[in-house]
Amino acid sequence: MTENNSQVRISENKGDDLDVNRTNNNVLLSVNDLKVWFELRRLGFGVSGYVHAVDGVSFDLHYQETIAIVGESGCGKTTLMKSILALYQPTEGDIFFEGQQLSELKGEGMRKYRSQVGYVQQDPYGALAPFMTVRGILDEPMIINGIRNRKERQERIFNALEEVKMSPPGDFLDKFPHMLSGGQQQRIVLARAMLLEPKLIVADEPVSMLDASVRVEILRLMQSLQQRHHLAVIYITHDLSTVRYFSERVFVMYAGQVIEQTLIENIVHNPLHPYSQALMEATSDPDANNATKFRDVPPGEPPSLVTPPEGCRFHPRCPHKIDGLCEVEVPPYFTPEPDQKVACWLYR
Amino acid sequence: MADKLLDVKDLRLFFRTSKGVVRAVDGVDFELTRNRAVVIVGESGCGKTSMAKAILRLLPKNVDTYSGKIFLNGVDTMAMTDEEYRVKMRWVKMSMVPQAAMNSLNPVLKVGDQVAEPAIIHNNMSKEVAIQQAVKMFQHVGVPNDFINRYAFELSGGMRQRVAIAMSLVSLPELVILDEPTSALDVLTQANIFNVLKQIKKELGMSFILITHDIATSSELADDVAVMYAGQIVETGDAFSFFDAPLHPYSIKLMSSVPRLRARQEPDFITGQPPSLLNPPTGCRFKDRCPSRFERCEEEPPAFSVNGRTVKCWLHAK
Repeated sequence: MTENNSQVRISENKGDDLDVNRTNNNVLLSVNDLKVWFELRRLGFGVSGYVHAVDGVSFDLHYQETIAIVGESGCGKTTLMKSILALYQPTEGDIFFEGQQLSELKGEGMRKYRSQVGYVQQDPYGALAPFMTVRGILDEPMIINGIRNRKERQERIFNALEEVKMSPPGDFLDKFPHMLSGGQQQRIVLARAMLLEPKLIVADEPVSMLDASVRVEILRLMQSLQQRHHLAVIYITHDLSTVRYFSERVFVMYAGQVIEQTLIENIVHNPLHPYSQALMEATSDPDANNATKFRDVPPGEPPSLVTPPEGCRFHPRCPHKIDGLCEVEVPPYFTPEPDQKVACWLYR
Repeated sequence: MADKLLDVKDLRLFFRTSKGVVRAVDGVDFELTRNRAVVIVGESGCGKTSMAKAILRLLPKNVDTYSGKIFLNGVDTMAMTDEEYRVKMRWVKMSMVPQAAMNSLNPVLKVGDQVAEPAIIHNNMSKEVAIQQAVKMFQHVGVPNDFINRYAFELSGGMRQRVAIAMSLVSLPELVILDEPTSALDVLTQANIFNVLKQIKKELGMSFILITHDIATSSELADDVAVMYAGQIVETGDAFSFFDAPLHPYSIKLMSSVPRLRARQEPDFITGQPPSLLNPPTGCRFKDRCPSRFERCEEEPPAFSVNGRTVKCWLHAK
């Protein structure tokens, strides 16, 4: 019933739904032409401009699906995530969760929504209160969400710790975060995200602060939790090589916009957007031949989001720029391959 | 015989802490040939950065033991006094780009002046000549000339990192130690910085020690690889044979934990955690996590040599 709702909204809102090959009948989360701008203030009053952090992003996330959002720092992926967590209000556009519009949720409704969305932070140490024990950290969300029975809370904490492979749980309950290794801290963050039995996990670079040898372990753990509890996952990262093993659909973001949306295998074998191609070229595999060749990557940095370039935002760095077109008009989405949407004039 | 630039023998660096003595670098041997780059890979806390600091003698106050031999061009640097070392070695022969260097630039000095400073102090250049030298280095690392009059906060992360690299090059040392030079940078910027380092290695003929935990990007610069585990080097070898087929069980596990982008190969992970360096286990330090452990592992393995490579593991005993 709620699902029907969101379907209606989508067809009202946008004719060109970004989603390529799926129907809308099992949509958990739907983001429609989302814009999140931040005001730049001059001397405390008066607005001198906007940071266009997210500028027209649309996608649907289905139940039990993992998607990856890939981009460099400053491309708006964290802002997008925080909007999904309802920490930022959209400037334009809307986000629907099971057909409910987030910006209309208040009080009890918002609390309920947040209990259905788990958040895995990038820096596990920063995400855990240093003055609380593991028990306190895991107790808190349940207390806030009205689970009064102490015994039930205790049981849930034990289960959650077992699930993230921190066993026996008794060994960890009275420890403070600084007494745990980075990998263990991230497991606690995962356990906390799982406690309230969410439907969606938003993971913001969950392994970028961890050692290479434990990254895969944490991602595997996330994957097994997802399968066991039928979760949807939004995996935000800058690292294409992990995406290949932990997600299917991928959204490549550049300067606040999704520039290519497809399956990860297409990005690996046939990236279409010049920026996706650059990301592929810049990502190394362990290979001794790398030391002898120069990487063909565009110079420069991502543009300022206060005054993003006219037309295609990648044109100042693009090796295939079409004069008179790319710097003038914003490219719409083209579908040169089935399953592959790309915002680039090369495919017009 | 190749031209040996650096030769480290039985290097030890222990720290005193409230909990006891931390054996951060515990008997490290390795060599570096001129105009080559050796990559030191290992998990965090394995002693990589401590080893770099031990080589450059940038020691904190709580040093318990600092011993071994470090030869640069055959000169025993450990025999020098601190003052001698400062005048003759640090930044003259060897320099370093410390971890998070891009965030450690002085905010109230122009970056040009900061880059020129080592040349003024260590090479006795006048300020004008040193600034010219700085501009030259800016060209090598791809920073526009007019940036010399800018402040660090006016530059992007990638540009600041290039400035930090320029600072390590300005006195034209023979060896530059790079400690995680790209870990905080974006993918494209990272690739650009490695292009710069490859170019410098060609043009200026410098040698590098690259310290990192990221094996995939380490291959961008590596001629040789040394794998460090719990304060010791467990494997050394040239990059081609290493990336082709690592020898030590730890290296094998480490390599298989790297997700490959271009080949489909499910990544693995290493169970357990590295041992505490407060009281490292006796025998082989990797034995508790090792899939091929056997009786001899209770005894500490020496470094066996296998076709010009070395590996500290009983499996390769002759």
